[in-house]
Amino acid sequence: MKSDRIKFLVFALVVLLMPLPLSGGYLTNVLIFVGINSVLALGLNLLLGYAGQISLGQAAFFGLGAYGSGVLTTAYGLNPWLAMIAVAVCVALFAFAIGFPVLRLKGHYLAMATLGVGVIVNIAFNETVDLTGGPSGLSGIPNLSIGSLTFDSDLKNYYLVWVFALGMILLSLNLVNSRFGRGLRAIHDSEVAARVMGVNARLMKVQVFTLSAFMSAIMGSLYCHVMTFISPNSFGFHFSVELLTMIVIGGLGSVYGSILGALLLTMLPEMLRTFQDYDIIVYGLLLITMTIYLPGGLVEGIPALFRRLVPAKKVTEGSDA
Amino acid sequence: MLSLNGIGKRFGGLTALEGISFNVGKGSITGIIGPNGAGKTTLFNVATGIYPPSCGAVLLEGKDISKLPPEGRARLGLVRTFQNIELFGKMTVLENVMVGLHTQSSSGLFACSFRMPWQMSEEKRIRARAMELLDFVGIPELAEVQAGTLSFGKGRLLEIARAMALEPKLLLMDEPAAGLNSSETAELADLIKKIRDLGVTVALVEHDMDLVMDICDQLVVLNLGTMLAEGTPRQIQDNPAVITAYLGEE
Repeated sequence: MKSDRIKFLVFALVVLLMPLPLSGGYLTNVLIFVGINSVLALGLNLLLGYAGQISLGQAAFFGLGAYGSGVLTTAYGLNPWLAMIAVAVCVALFAFAIGFPVLRLKGHYLAMATLGVGVIVNIAFNETVDLTGGPSGLSGIPNLSIGSLTFDSDLKNYYLVWVFALGMILLSLNLVNSRFGRGLRAIHDSEVAARVMGVNARLMKVQVFTLSAFMSAIMGSLYCHVMTFISPNSFGFHFSVELLTMIVIGGLGSVYGSILGALLLTMLPEMLRTFQDYDIIVYGLLLITMTIYLPGGLVEGIPALFRRLVPAKKVTEGSDA
Repeated sequence: MLSLNGIGKRFGGLTALEGISFNVGKGSITGIIGPNGAGKTTLFNVATGIYPPSCGAVLLEGKDISKLPPEGRARLGLVRTFQNIELFGKMTVLENVMVGLHTQSSSGLFACSFRMPWQMSEEKRIRARAMELLDFVGIPELAEVQAGTLSFGKGRLLEIARAMALEPKLLLMDEPAAGLNSSETAELADLIKKIRDLGVTVALVEHDMDLVMDICDQLVVLNLGTMLAEGTPRQIQDNPAVITAYLGEE
């Protein structure tokens, strides 16, 4: 318990001090998206890594958050903070409503159903041109501001996004090491046994699905205010697969694994520029390789490798969150 | 305690159970026996709500629970263990028992993520109770071990500790001695008696006749999905129909 606290504090300190040596350069900009992707990956990891329920439609909730805030603040001139809360609540209600029928499905069927939700929502972004601007996107979204402080530079946005991200990471750490988290892991290991133990599996699955949608929607709102321009391409099936790859690489069932995966896969596309549209093949290969050779992801793989290289010394492994 | 009234279960055209009616007396140990394929496990699954019955009713303390899902029945005190041990393999032994304490606690999504003070004290209480239960079955030293790595015998003890965490009124055990060696089986017999002495009614499906004859007060014999006989172990031993079903015609 105590070591978990210290781990988080060290992590938070690193995050908060990171921009100092970077002095607001290009890397700061990339790290903003690492923060956003970390929370998106974390939401999916709570669902897939902990509760064992797959979703290939996470990009839809992210997109609904972004478009919700974008439309409400540009077309209707609503206060961005108010819009963020209202949109997140609506997206959560939407996820709650579709969660009950969708999460009755298992395995491939669940993957297909969530994929369907993602595709339908993406088509809606493209086709409701009057509202969203369609394929050409929605521009002129204002930056967020508190009083006279406007989040208009990379450095300010870095802190904006990461304060939200750190908060959600802390809450998730609390959640997974609690009665609720144990219930989720029990459902993952044996749903029948969990239900016989009195765990309300159906409701808990919907709750964690709703939570992941809520987290994604908040990040969507932040994303649209940071970018000030959004287009449907950012919220397609491709991005859902990217999120899935992040948590498989980082580590299923690990909060920090989600962040590690988000960090790597947010940096990676910058390096994959030369492959252009073929980068999805690289994701596919990564997914296959990881599931075969390192199913625990890098958070398990790196300490294991370390132990193999340093066999004499006993490497103490903290209880993984 | 538990009454089954005319239970029938069909899977498509296959009749797995037909016309099963009996009572499990409060405070007793009831054994359900029968040759392979007699429908014992199916009967358990119907009683615990894994499958709905095709006809008939399941009553717990006079209340019809036929429509309740497994988690609803667990809350009323009807708890089971599994033939092939269904542990949460990736969790520690202690965490497994703590999942069993799910119904004894109430912190939800918000209380857990914000670490509310009452959630923290509840967590402490659950942890202490889980340790007590590991003591009860005799494996406190394994608390931090990953459950998936336990031997079959220890896994069985953990499963019983986890089931006891729900404070059952009625504990249904599906072949508790399966896969155990003779000394483990003897320990199990003592443990089951200890559980009965705590005031918990026990019903078990079992193949190990020595165990059944030793600990059961009442036996129900199933054959080909129907009830063949019911009575004390002594009566069953001398019942010609039972002898025929087990050993064939002379």
